[in-house]
This record gives sequence, structure tokens and C-alpha cells, in this order.
Amino acid sequence: MAESVVLAPPAAAAAAVPDCVIRAEKLNVIFSAADQPVTALADVDLTVARGDFVSLIGPSGCGKTTLLRAIADLAPITAGTLTVNGMTPGAARMARAYGYVFQAPALFPWRNVIRNVTLPLELTGMGKAEREIRAMENLSLLGLRDFGKKFPWQLSGGMQQRVSIARALSFKPELLLMDEPFGALDEITRDNLNLHLHELWARTGLTAVFVTHSIPEAVFLSTKIVVMSARPGRVLRVIDSPLPRRRGLDLRESPDFIAVAHEVRAALREGHSYD
Amino acid sequence: MTRILAPVTVFGALIILWYGGAYVLNAPQAAALMDPDQPRNFWAVVQASWSMDRPELPTPDQILSSLYYSIFNYPLASPRNFLLQTAYTAEAAITGLVIGAALGIGLAIGIVHSRVLDRSLMPWVITSQTIPILAIAPMVVVALGNIGCTGLLPKAAIVGYLSFFPIAVGMVKGFRAADSLQLDLMRTYDASGPQVFFKLRWPSAVPFLFPSLKVAVALSVTGAIVAEIPTGAQVGLGARLLAGSYYGQTDMMWGALVLASALALGMIGVVRLGEASVRLSRGGRL
Repeated sequence: MAESVVLAPPAAAAAAVPDCVIRAEKLNVIFSAADQPVTALADVDLTVARGDFVSLIGPSGCGKTTLLRAIADLAPITAGTLTVNGMTPGAARMARAYGYVFQAPALFPWRNVIRNVTLPLELTGMGKAEREIRAMENLSLLGLRDFGKKFPWQLSGGMQQRVSIARALSFKPELLLMDEPFGALDEITRDNLNLHLHELWARTGLTAVFVTHSIPEAVFLSTKIVVMSARPGRVLRVIDSPLPRRRGLDLRESPDFIAVAHEVRAALREGHSYD
Repeated sequence: MTRILAPVTVFGALIILWYGGAYVLNAPQAAALMDPDQPRNFWAVVQASWSMDRPELPTPDQILSSLYYSIFNYPLASPRNFLLQTAYTAEAAITGLVIGAALGIGLAIGIVHSRVLDRSLMPWVITSQTIPILAIAPMVVVALGNIGCTGLLPKAAIVGYLSFFPIAVGMVKGFRAADSLQLDLMRTYDASGPQVFFKLRWPSAVPFLFPSLKVAVALSVTGAIVAEIPTGAQVGLGARLLAGSYYGQTDMMWGALVLASALALGMIGVVRLGEASVRLSRGGRL
């Protein structure tokens, strides 16, 4: 695995294409299992430009979470190249280049909201006053200004996930990686959080990679939708969204939105994802 | 209402059973010792069986009055004062508990962080508890005595041997209570090993620490009493128990038992206080 990482282009080469945040070429991730190795990702090519909101969509087992974890250096690469900000995923992780939001909020129940959000900064040795100022900024962005002293179990599921997004913003990363963050929430909460997330992205100019099962969610949020299929996990089609960058929930009723959703659905069907 | 009524009822029933038991066990002897000229009705025999000098089973009031007498009629430094005995036992129990807790937590840290230790140590940890403490205690005393360790240390070692077990088992589970997402999260922050331990594993293990400590407290008092027997201790609740059984002084034995349970209750109380303060610092939930 280490050998394949050496193949990554040096930082200088990536600087020539400064707008490329993530670049994957012929990326393979193979897990060794008891009976036979499982190919989670086969020859995946992907580029994510600065300011993009990219959704990875596909059926269970298509490797979308694995791809996100590989970008975050949480899953080892078997072959191919993958760069994040022109660095190897490992170097990018150590440079704290991204914020990661998991399927579950994964908050620490013994810490109140503020102390959950300041945790990453605490690890860097930042002073208490400074970290709390930064945490309050991020909590305000997510509309949680008044909830700093609450404990996770005192919040609803949607609020907990908002706290975890605020926490992911702690290092002021330019890249936000999200693994089905709203999968466990009801649809009303989900719509609301989609709007929150869209505004956060539009306002901050973040680059985002977002794993989801939901077609409307992917279409609503993304500038680019990557449709994947399973066994082995591969990229089926990349759809550049023609929708405007600034969006409101009523966009979802527009013919353009429905057309993009239809295209995604057709691509999924093509990959026999409904089997 | 039932919150008060239920324990009071159970307590009352136990007391009645106790007096009944004292009558059944003591009556034959008490009747034999009675003055032949005295009228022998049932009530006289009952009274005699409840006020013997050396009863088979002393009544609660006899135990309490003998405790009261020992505590208030002798100076604190006198070996006849039960408080001095309790203090000796408490010293061994608490020192041993601290040793046991440190050992248990240390082992759990090793077991959680190293697969080799997990495989090689855990069977020994479990085996250690299958050996009766009565068999191992004299060996510990002799071995430590040979290297010049006498007094408190051998007793504390025996207590530590007993009390490390629930703490090791509980803390292994506790240190593994951090879920994989939380561990991944720490990895995305590029957290160091000690940071993962102190910011994630230790706080997730704390809820497991208190129940383990409560079990360990109970074992530590038992252990301290057992440890006094092979060490030939002259002072301590265990020594009192032994002396009481030699001389047929059941009130002395029961007095030692009452104080031993009071000691354990007091130590449990301290653990609960610690638990409550951690709970408070976590917003009311552990």
C-alpha cells in the first residue's frame, strides 16, 4: 500500500492544477476476507474541484463509504493513486486538511456541546478562550448558539448531527467529508438540515464530498453527482448538475431538478442497482 | 410510602426472626442453667435465653450493648476498643484496594492495547481467582515475611490480590466501550495514543469503574479479615473473630461482623459519592 502511495504526483505538480482538491486515478481498495478478498473499489477515477459539492450515490455495497474513508485515510489503498490537496491522504490527514462527519453523530456523551466542538482544537493545544470563541462561531453557523451548555442526550437527533458538523468545522478545513450524515433522520428534519448544509456550503466556499442513499438529497445539494454501482464498487457515471449554485427548497419542484433526478435514477438503473 | 414501608418491614421481619432464632438455639442451655427454685414458665425461659453470658446466638441488643461497652468504656488506643480493631482492618482494606485498583487498571490498559497481553494475561487473571484465598494467604505472608515485609504490607497484598479482579474485568470492558466511530474520529484529528486514551478511552470507561469498585470494596473487607488470620494479627476485626471463636465469645464475633459490614458500607458510600460527583460533572448522566 505504501508503494502505491509513492506514485502520487508531488505537491508541485498538483499546484499546477490548483483547483483540484481530490484526484483519484485507477484507485483500488481490496479488503482481505476469510474466504476471498473483497474488491470494495475497482479502478475508480474521480476529480473534485475546489468549491464543488460532490455527492456519491449508489446502492449498499457500492463502495461509496469506502471511497470517502480512503480519501480520509481511514481505509488503506490497495493500488492506484489518490491525492488530497496534492498530498497523500495520510499527509492530508496529519495536516488536518478535512473535517469528517459520520453516519452517527459520535458525540462524546460526557462532554457538553461546547466541549464536544472544542475537542479537536484541544488536541492541538489551543488555549481555552480561543477554542471557545471558535466553537461558538461554528455553533452559530449551524444555528446552535444557545445550546453550548447542553449535553448530547438533551438534544434531538438532528441537532446532534448539527453539532457534529460544527465539530467537523473546527480546524477550518476547506474540505468537508460527510458519510450519510442525515441517513437516520426523519424527512422533515432532513429537508431542514439539507437547507442548513447548502447555506453553509454556499456561504463558506467549502469543498464537500457527501455520501447518500437519497436521490433528492443528492440532486438538491450537489454540483456534481457520482453514481456508483456494486460488486465490484465502481463509478458508473458522473453527472454535472446544471442547477444554479444558490438554491432553495422550492427548487425541488422545478422541471430542471426533476430532470437531473431522472438522470440519476436512470444511471442507477443502468448499474442494476435495483436488483 | 412503599419506599419506606418495604425496607422497614423486611428489617422488622429479620429482627423478629433473629430473636426467635436466639430463643431456639439458646433455650436448652439457658433452661439448664436456670436456678431450680425459680418458676419455670415459658416467658422466663425466653428471657433467660435472650440474656445469657455466652449464648450460641446473641440477640441484636446484646451485640449492640457489647459494642457500645467496648467503644465507650475503653480508650481508643486500647485493643479492647472495637474502633481500634476496625481502624486496623480498614487500613489494610483501603491500602489493598488502592493497590488492587492500580493493578486492575494497569492490567486492563495492557490487555486492551496489546493483543499478546490479551491472549496471555487474561487466562491468568481468571485462574488467579479460582485459587481459594485461604490457601494462598499463608504463602503470601511467609514469602513477604522472608524478604522482611511484615505488618500492613502482606495484608494489603492479599486484599489487592482479591480486589484487582473485578476492576481489571470491568475496566477491560470499559476501555473497549469507545465505539469505532469515536476511534475513527480521533484518527481524523491525528490524535496521539495518550490523547486517545485520556480523551476517549478513559472517560468511556469511567461508568464501568464504579460498579467494579463497589464489588472490589466488598472483597477488600473480606480480604482484610481473612488476611489477619495467617498473619497472626493481634489486632483487627479478623483477629477479634478468631479470638471470639476460641473463647466462645459470640458477642465479640458478631460485634466484629457488624463493624466489618459498617466498614464496607462506609467505603461503598465513598465510592457512591465519587460516582455522584462524576455524574454531576457530566450533566446528570453517567
